[in-house]
Amino acid sequence: MKIRIKFSKQGAMKFVGHLDIMRYFQKAMRRAGIPIRYSEGFSPHQIMSFAAPLGVGLTSIGEYFDIEVTDSMSSEAMNDRLNQVMADEIQVLSCKKLPDSSKNAMSIVCRADYRLEFRDKYAPEDPEGFFEKLAGFYGQEAILITKKTKKSQREMDLKPLIYRLERQGNAIFMQVSTGSVDNIKPESVMEAFYESCQWEYPKFAFQIQRQEVYGLNSQGKPIPLEEFGEDIE
Amino acid sequence: MRRLALSDEILLSIQQPARYIGGEVNMTVKDPSQMDIRFAMCFPDVYEIGMSHLGIQILYHMFNRREDTYCERVYSPWTDLDKVMREEKIPLFALESQDPVKDFDFLGITLQYEMCYTNVLQILDLSQIPLHSRDRGDSFQFPIVIGGGPCAYNPEPLAEFFDLFYIGEGETVYGQLLDAYKEAKKKKKSRREFLEMAARIPGIYVPAFYDVTYREDGTIQGFKPNNPHAPAKVTKELVVDMDSVSYIEKPLVPFQKVTQDRVVLEIQRGCIRGCRFCQAGNVYRPLREHGVEYLKRHARQLLESTGHEEISLSSLSSSDYTHLPELVDFLIEECRAKKVNISLPSLRIDAFSLDVMSKVQDVKKSSLTFAPEAGSQRLRDVINKGLTEEVILQGAMEAFQGGWNRVKLYFMLGLPTEQQEDMEGIALLSEKIAEVYYDTVPKEQRHGKVQIVASSSFFVPKPFTPFQWAKMCTKEEFLDRAYLVKNKFRAMKNFKSLKYNWHEADVTVLEGVLARGDRKISAVVEAAYRNGALFDSWSEEFDNSLWMKAFDQCGIDPDFYTVRERGLDEVFPWDFIDAGVSREFLKREWLLAQKGQASPNCRQRCSGCGARDFGGGVCYEDKD
Repeated sequence: MKIRIKFSKQGAMKFVGHLDIMRYFQKAMRRAGIPIRYSEGFSPHQIMSFAAPLGVGLTSIGEYFDIEVTDSMSSEAMNDRLNQVMADEIQVLSCKKLPDSSKNAMSIVCRADYRLEFRDKYAPEDPEGFFEKLAGFYGQEAILITKKTKKSQREMDLKPLIYRLERQGNAIFMQVSTGSVDNIKPESVMEAFYESCQWEYPKFAFQIQRQEVYGLNSQGKPIPLEEFGEDIE
Repeated sequence: MRRLALSDEILLSIQQPARYIGGEVNMTVKDPSQMDIRFAMCFPDVYEIGMSHLGIQILYHMFNRREDTYCERVYSPWTDLDKVMREEKIPLFALESQDPVKDFDFLGITLQYEMCYTNVLQILDLSQIPLHSRDRGDSFQFPIVIGGGPCAYNPEPLAEFFDLFYIGEGETVYGQLLDAYKEAKKKKKSRREFLEMAARIPGIYVPAFYDVTYREDGTIQGFKPNNPHAPAKVTKELVVDMDSVSYIEKPLVPFQKVTQDRVVLEIQRGCIRGCRFCQAGNVYRPLREHGVEYLKRHARQLLESTGHEEISLSSLSSSDYTHLPELVDFLIEECRAKKVNISLPSLRIDAFSLDVMSKVQDVKKSSLTFAPEAGSQRLRDVINKGLTEEVILQGAMEAFQGGWNRVKLYFMLGLPTEQQEDMEGIALLSEKIAEVYYDTVPKEQRHGKVQIVASSSFFVPKPFTPFQWAKMCTKEEFLDRAYLVKNKFRAMKNFKSLKYNWHEADVTVLEGVLARGDRKISAVVEAAYRNGALFDSWSEEFDNSLWMKAFDQCGIDPDFYTVRERGLDEVFPWDFIDAGVSREFLKREWLLAQKGQASPNCRQRCSGCGARDFGGGVCYEDKD
């Protein structure tokens, strides 16, 4: 049976990298006694795959991974068991059963929501002016940036990959393309904005939180990854 | 949300910030304001190394079982953070509460290897604690700085920097020490009065309460207490009944991949073998085993509380554990169901261990390890390594028939009495093992060539071993010997199947100075640290010139501590410690070594080392 697990990563846990989070959940499955399925072979490993890696320094209230289990267990029981063995600032938010035919999370991820808050000392002196400029930036026909890879650099248009960019109180909310094809980091968007204003990009200005990750459903519509599954009674 | 000592800007600018945040699974959380005693437990190396150490975890849990005590952890900040902390004057902090170490009651530093000594000074310096014990005043403004671990068996090179040393196993008298501290604080005693109380506790050594005098030739003339509370001899502490101490229930589970990323099950302490170069085999005498039921119970509990995917047995020589077959059967059964891997280091290669290993490892991916330590039978008798060529070749043959084709061999160079034949024997033995492979495995059954990797480290004489009198080689002698072995390897018929490496010689020489150093060496350690030496056990960080400059600055000749052969009656800096093995026993063994005579192991016949006085362990097996 396929299960999709949603979790949050807060506070100091933002410094724990993606690979370590994977190792962390492998151990957590054992501690919680989740009947996870293992691969065959001499050194079996757990069937577990993560939706979209989260960069070091970002917090999240919408992280996902999929597992397979050999025995059924109610969503509530699985949630409780996992949360009993979690580190302080990591919390399991939901465990949903997926249809047997569903694709794994990583292959359907298409976009993600982010909230960017100013760290202390970095808030703009003139917030109105700042957000006005931001709206102007997003209002452009095209947002051209130079994407550098190890071998080459190419120009690309960010605009069609930014689905939303708006003010939320004194924070910035954005929804951007995510996944294996066009993976846009919120930092890249902000860097482009600062560059367009001819301001120096302050590397540590924002505490960024991932709010949600979406996958494309069979009708081609983006919905939050947890909505692909349902609760197990 | 937990408050962190370092800002996001700093943590995002350094390598592996997760080293400094704490918050791991099974971390102890207490309210510091409700505690009588705050204990900072430090392993003076980087997090991944320190977190892999079993002893710290044992003490962490033991201290935290006390309701009046909060024990937290401290590791060495890596060089990138070290720089930031100095620039910004950020005091070193403990991982749990993230509070500055300087506000704690105790700072305990474990001394696992000599090359961590400059890191000890880094810890004190970054904590903003005066480096010298004598500069910490007579109040409790600064923490009491305690040293422990194997290097505390010769604490003298660090004597200036520590308020006290705990000699021996931590489980026994730490409770008394903490109680004494509480009483001293309650009765408004001075720091010195507390140290006097501590000096009366068995196993505790307060360096300030002893005076050393030297002869003209630089050797020690006298070593005497200068305080009526300090005993002339400090006897090591030891757990007599291993099952009486409570083991860790819930070990910390780091987020980062650490060196020892597995459950470590300590099956016994001490060793019956009596290898003459081995400090652990001597100072941890007598051998004391855990009961097999105790180990089964704990293995299960430790796997459940950590979720680790591997369990490893820890001891100096696992094959000597009486109930090994029963324990291994249990683990195989238990781990198969849980999909947990079993790792079995320090096993003698024989039919039993090969059978076990074929059950728990992928034969094609694993290699066999032998530690002959010396290349000839004569030299193996000198060092009392009871492993014969016949046994090695037999084990190798059985292994090759079982499908293995990779072998690792460990040797030492520069052992007492070593001759050219002994060195060449390293290549010859490796060649013989290769021949066994080609002679016993038919061509069609071979998985490629046999791969034999021989490594040699350079021998360092250690305190409380029969070789404590021995002279050490110079750097040039070490390297000449390594080249000689290398050339012999080149002359072997199967040289394409053989590989030979050797360790660094510079760092070995320094280790030799620190291992048998006296109080005068404190100044050299400090000068080296001031010159910038840090993380000396990391080859990419080690800079020998900083140390050579330090010897010059202090007017100290390192050769005095290394290449000089010591007289049988010379007073050693560590002679005031009673480590259980008597000086007479060590002397007997040293003389036997020079005659090339081996000694029996503890289960064959007692050699009267003195450890019997502790009243337990192998000395009393089948005798009650």
